[in-house]
Amino acid sequence: MIGTAVAILRKDLRVEVRTRESVPAMVLFSVTVFVLFHFGLDRDSLEGDLATGVIWVTLLLAGLLGINRLYIAERDQGGFTVMRLAPIDLTALWLAKAAALFLYMVVLEVLALPVFDLLLLGPGLDGALPELLPILLLANVGLAAVGALVSALAIETRARDLIVPLLLLPLLVPVIIAAAQATEPLLAAGQSPDDLAKWLGFLALYDVVFVLVSVAVFDFLLDD
Amino acid sequence: MITLDGVVRRYGERVALDGVSVRVEEGQTLVVFGPNGAGKTTLLNVLAGLLRPHAGTAAVLGAELPRESWKLRGKVGLLAHEPLLYRELTPRENLRFQARLHGVDEARVAVVLDAVGMGARADDPVSELSRGMVQRVAAARAVLHDPPLLLLDEPWAGLDPAAVELLEPVVGRGSGKTRVVVTHDVAGGLREADTTLGLKAGVAAPVGDEAAIRDLYR
Amino acid sequence: MTSVLFGRRLGALAWVTAAFMLAAMALVFFYAPEDADQGFRQKIFYVHVPMAIVTLCGFMAAAIFAIKHLRSGDSSWDVRSYVAIHLSIILGVGVLATGAIWAKTAWGHWWVWEEPVLVSYLIVFLLYCCYQPLRFSIADPERQSRYASVFAVTAGAFVPLNFVAVRLAEQYTHPRVLSETGGNLPGDMRFTFIVCLVAMALLFATLWKLELTNKNVSQQLKRLRRRLEAQAS
Repeated sequence: MIGTAVAILRKDLRVEVRTRESVPAMVLFSVTVFVLFHFGLDRDSLEGDLATGVIWVTLLLAGLLGINRLYIAERDQGGFTVMRLAPIDLTALWLAKAAALFLYMVVLEVLALPVFDLLLLGPGLDGALPELLPILLLANVGLAAVGALVSALAIETRARDLIVPLLLLPLLVPVIIAAAQATEPLLAAGQSPDDLAKWLGFLALYDVVFVLVSVAVFDFLLDD
Repeated sequence: MITLDGVVRRYGERVALDGVSVRVEEGQTLVVFGPNGAGKTTLLNVLAGLLRPHAGTAAVLGAELPRESWKLRGKVGLLAHEPLLYRELTPRENLRFQARLHGVDEARVAVVLDAVGMGARADDPVSELSRGMVQRVAAARAVLHDPPLLLLDEPWAGLDPAAVELLEPVVGRGSGKTRVVVTHDVAGGLREADTTLGLKAGVAAPVGDEAAIRDLYR
Repeated sequence: MTSVLFGRRLGALAWVTAAFMLAAMALVFFYAPEDADQGFRQKIFYVHVPMAIVTLCGFMAAAIFAIKHLRSGDSSWDVRSYVAIHLSIILGVGVLATGAIWAKTAWGHWWVWEEPVLVSYLIVFLLYCCYQPLRFSIADPERQSRYASVFAVTAGAFVPLNFVAVRLAEQYTHPRVLSETGGNLPGDMRFTFIVCLVAMALLFATLWKLELTNKNVSQQLKRLRRRLEAQAS
């Protein structure tokens, strides 16, 4: 199953590199949103809770852009058919898509966070980085798992672009809660991380639950 | 090889296949005629294990559908209406992906591409290829894993005579495989058929000659 | 027009429910003491919290029905799941409304973020609001029920996680609220609360069974009609 997932992932990454559809849009979107927040909040510099809110909401909405497009090629170019005819475990498709999404988010964060630091963040990122990393990684896993599931769930519906955010955003609220609570003290000048372990633990729990749920139900989405 | 008995497949309230029965022996070619919307593509999809029958019995390659449809995986080569190829990838990349999915040695990719005459253009993205070339690559994809059963949806449509000649040993009678072919070409279809089936509005009956086939279209 | 009750159990269930609801109302108005701080208006708590608990259990039950549907392919489980969610959403509006009223009487605002039950309920409600649009935007009925079940399972797993997250985040709740949402209720209040909870659960069960029966009857009617038409032609 892992081998198949790797094969699908490599195919997806090859297509993404060639078309450059998802990731550049996600990055561009994030930078634009930072500018919007600058004007919307009428602030030159953010810290603490405001900074946390801006960065996490921006990352989430940018992630949505990538999630919406996840299975389009499979549906429009026959990928689902090809995979259903092959002697593979179809859960590998979910795994590949979730892995792709995870990688897109990592690239997004690598590019968008420095921009955020430059444009809006008061206290620098440098001190916060070591603690920020596990938060980002665990949140990415949750986002990737749930995003890959919901995107598949919505692929056949008529109003796909609307259903995905409506479904996904409530499901990701716990991730936002945990990530924001954990990040806030890191972005405030002079504060030390509060209950980092507690929130990382919760994020890990969320990740485990939704990976298990996705693996359990994904097959049923491709059946007929 | 294939035995269908009273197969029914619905789409909501509409009946796409209404009690279809047919038998195909190993190595034989079944040609399916019928107007658009008669259920021909649905029939192919049921035979491929992609759609489960709602009623009746179906046995394909020893697998009872729908219970054992997983057994069909990797044993069917489908040449569908859509080419089932990723447009941004090249034929070689598409077939390598297919090879990995089916556990086929990647060396076979070059062999099959040459067999359909696409060796020269194998590294241009599919989006840059002509329709005839795309069809050839699609045929290559369908036979890459050497499946015992071929399901072909209008395989010769849009191909020039040279391409038809090229593909004949790959997906035609020359391949020696059990085949189910959907076509509108009455004369050509009758020529390559061992058995025939006429579908009209989901209802199937064998059709003996040209006159019977033209009746379907009326 | 008379309404036909399908099967004796529905009738009996309805009577028991009515009895419990009467008892609950009597207790709320005549037995439970008035809250020292909030007075009479606190009594909406006896509607709000049981409704919230019952609907949340409804969502989780729907998830279990959905699992059974996916594993068996039997569509009757899907109908049970659908009705449970449908009913919980409708009552969910009531939960939010009574929650807002309670917030207004207790804190002077129609909405407060300090109450974790209310906040996490809003999120759950928003999620389940997507159930019907998702369901009915899929044309093929078999696929529709399968996808709906996948949603119900995912959402069901989400409910407890969400509650934990919101609870963890709202550490700074009004201590008064904590004592009223089930922590340290005095004896007579607790008894009233439990009766209300049972009454609400029975109400949900009755409505659920009623809607299932309705659907069953109309499906059978449709089938008969179709058979008659086939015979006539």
